[in-house]
Amino acid sequence: MIHDIPGGAAWSAPVRAGRVLTLTALADGANASVLIIGADRLDRLNIPDTLKSQMSACIRPAMVLMSDRGTALATVLESSLEWHDCLTGFGHDRHLERFGPSSYAQDGNGWRRSARLGLISELTKHGFGEGNLHGCINFFSKVGISDDSRASLAYLPDHSAAGDTVELRSEQDLLIFVSTAPHPLSMEPYAPAGVRVETALATEEPDLKLRDEGYRALEQTRGLLT
Amino acid sequence: MTLDSTVQPGDGGLVPVPAGGRLRIVDLHGNQAVDTLVYDAHDIDNRYSAFDTIREQAAVYLTTGSTLLSSRLDELAVITDDTCGRHDTVGGACSQESNVIRYGEFTRHQHACRQTFLRYGAPAGIGQRQLTHNINFFMNVPVGSGGELRFDDGLSAPGRHVELTASRDLLVLISNCPQLNNPCNGWNPTPIQLLGWW
Ligand SMILES: [Zn+2]
Repeated sequence: MIHDIPGGAAWSAPVRAGRVLTLTALADGANASVLIIGADRLDRLNIPDTLKSQMSACIRPAMVLMSDRGTALATVLESSLEWHDCLTGFGHDRHLERFGPSSYAQDGNGWRRSARLGLISELTKHGFGEGNLHGCINFFSKVGISDDSRASLAYLPDHSAAGDTVELRSEQDLLIFVSTAPHPLSMEPYAPAGVRVETALATEEPDLKLRDEGYRALEQTRGLLT
Repeated sequence: MTLDSTVQPGDGGLVPVPAGGRLRIVDLHGNQAVDTLVYDAHDIDNRYSAFDTIREQAAVYLTTGSTLLSSRLDELAVITDDTCGRHDTVGGACSQESNVIRYGEFTRHQHACRQTFLRYGAPAGIGQRQLTHNINFFMNVPVGSGGELRFDDGLSAPGRHVELTASRDLLVLISNCPQLNNPCNGWNPTPIQLLGWW
């Protein structure tokens, strides 16, 4: 499968276990807000459990993306970027207000819709809804953390460029939900980048440098699935 | 005062707090993580959102002045007093399943916050789908500019407290964490006190 999601759009698809899913930024400053639901259609990507077990405040290779119930959903195999934000959520309608009103009647298919609206719409297509929303990964975006007393945050506008990639291996059958709406902390003009999604069969077992917790999650999941 | 109760380690509760009410959580013995979720009492889909809260305050740690936002960006509560200094909302709750991943198979049947959340949430219709990313009051999870994250010894001490003022009618779901495998409870889970004025 190969599909180009235009900027400012939302998309979803099932991805079978054992695939490599590659996301590629089609322009500078891309953002892909991603939710993942596991094979049982209930178990969601759990950002806190993913972070605490791998002692990271961002998503980077190599890490296992873990679910609410402790299964491995996917493994981040490789990326041209060492930091993908997962602490600041997806954008709401409120974050688009600074661009003024927008509608289909006024702007045609270029009308501005939030990540939240797009993700709920995609969730609903698969029989889910607002209640299934959870913490997302903002692939290609970085919100820097300062070492001050509150761990203050600042969005980095020049973090990613056209051609940046991230590769995920599906560890079970997944549903993937993607919004290419702008990162909610971006103060750039409205010009959301498109993102290419490609899947291929995972053919080899790459030599990953996971922490022990990552290997345990993979082992647990393979045990449950066989 | 309308509420004064002690919550033993490994226990929890679902506390209705009306708009304007103040709920104080006291860390009686120090270094005790109190896993907490907040729901709009009239619509549990309008629930605390850790990452919306973090983004809108542009800082990771919670303390006095932090506004707890819902998944619809509604204001649920404000932290109006805090003698601990800062609190975590990135580390999530312990569960049997995540304990196995973090510490090994021997922890599979150890008690965990998720069990307490499910037990006390059930009567209000709060189940797997409604369990979202929680606050860990009194827990110290430092993050830094290199993208690192750790669980450290607590910053709290006996008698320190945090107070929430409800911005609307709330259900506050609490688990007094039974975790034995990391320093979040000082390796020894202890009781907390809940005080409420409304
Ligand atoms: Zn716990």
